[in-house]
Amino acid sequence: MNNPFEGPKLHSPSFVDALRAYAPELLEVRAASGTMPEVPHGTTVAAVKFADGVAMGGDRRATEGMAIAQRDIEKVFPADDYSAVAIAGAAGPAIEMVRLFQTELEHYEKIEGFPLSLEGKANKLGQMVRGNLPLAMQGLVVLPLFCGYDTRRQVGRIFRYDVTGGRWEDADFHATGSGARDARGSLKKRWRPDLDADGAVEVLMEALYDAADEDAATGGPDLIRGIYPIVATVTAQGYRRAPDDDLRKAAERVVAAHAQVEAER
Amino acid sequence: MSVPFYVPPEQLTKEKAEFARKGIARGRPLIVLEYAGGILFVAENPSTHLHKVAELYDRIAFAAVGRFSEFENLRQAGVRLADIRGYAYGREDVTSRSIANAYSQTLGQIFVQEFKPYEVELCVAEVGVDGAPNAMYHVVFDGNVFDRKGFLAMGGQSDELNTELQRAYDEDMELDAALQLAMRVLRQAAPAGETGNSRLEVAVLERDRPRRSFRRLTQEDVESRAGEPAS
Repeated sequence: MNNPFEGPKLHSPSFVDALRAYAPELLEVRAASGTMPEVPHGTTVAAVKFADGVAMGGDRRATEGMAIAQRDIEKVFPADDYSAVAIAGAAGPAIEMVRLFQTELEHYEKIEGFPLSLEGKANKLGQMVRGNLPLAMQGLVVLPLFCGYDTRRQVGRIFRYDVTGGRWEDADFHATGSGARDARGSLKKRWRPDLDADGAVEVLMEALYDAADEDAATGGPDLIRGIYPIVATVTAQGYRRAPDDDLRKAAERVVAAHAQVEAER
Repeated sequence: MSVPFYVPPEQLTKEKAEFARKGIARGRPLIVLEYAGGILFVAENPSTHLHKVAELYDRIAFAAVGRFSEFENLRQAGVRLADIRGYAYGREDVTSRSIANAYSQTLGQIFVQEFKPYEVELCVAEVGVDGAPNAMYHVVFDGNVFDRKGFLAMGGQSDELNTELQRAYDEDMELDAALQLAMRVLRQAAPAGETGNSRLEVAVLERDRPRRSFRRLTQEDVESRAGEPAS
């Protein structure tokens, strides 16, 4: 690690550039040959727009091959005050990418005196996904889902990525990860443009339940251990993780509704 | 071959220090004050965009007087140092002490080695949490560091300001009272012919704010807290 007070002057508000100049060892990942051992993978995350902004949710399971690696992993994070990032894919590099992304946004804001635009944040994350391509080729794919409240346009926006760093904006909702197809199918039927915050939490819970119902790698609500999917909203008031109690109630409602359907058969 | 004139180091140091002091004294003053709920920064600053007070890390802020280009350079290096440390280790491993030390080393080196010393004086302040005390490191142009307690005035008329603060300061003051004190002291020390309290830049490190405790106060907020127009 070099001293940022010495050496050539850096004219960049980017934290990644600062690391490259002063602590390149923190960015370095050397490609290794051989087969990749099994590592924990995060599974299904989803985001929906609603009247006041966006909501983002994720199940709590991480899998390592056929085994469950963790039952209560968190996959939804605040990127900064007005955006959220959720991860699917290899959990280790994914969480590291989130940490780097969070620091990048905060660093830019401190150096420049004002935050990046939502568009700028989305592009920056795309560059990080692209930087992970060598690892992705070895099986450590990281696919984030990014959403935030665009304070200039005053709307919530959702962005998805592919392994090459390609970035696409979604009009209404999106899901990524192993259970994403089922979650999207569920959202397609339940999502409406006039949802409020509670409604958004509700449809995300349903979508994650449906994903867990079909996909072995996605975890459903665990009523015995008290582990429920996590949902956060981002609005003009900023990032807010739904309180555990609300999440528990929402998950219990979904489970009760399904139990009711089964009982009436 | 030209023979360089010999200048005794005492004289060189003295002249450099005098030069730096004069430069700093020409600038507008800045006050750092500990209050019951955190640390307050009040600077006379005609610019709305070129800040003298800024966030370094979660609980640490930077305040400086003197030449903008010089302290802005130091501020950015401080942000980089803090963010790299926090990323490489953990957020709680970033301390005001290590940042103040880096400033001290840098200013000391520049003072000794460069033809022109930096005409800056700065303060690295950290608001304490969980019962820990606040920290206020005052770093001056030649790299000397002073550990301050309670209050600190830097820049033009800093001697008068510090004397005045000494008289009226009370560590249990709430934010509004601290802000009123800082504004009154700045106004009293304004040179004859000036009304004092030109546009004020005001910021706080709030103890009870989670994670990033730095916050700027808007002009309206300052006016309503002070009960008088801020400019």
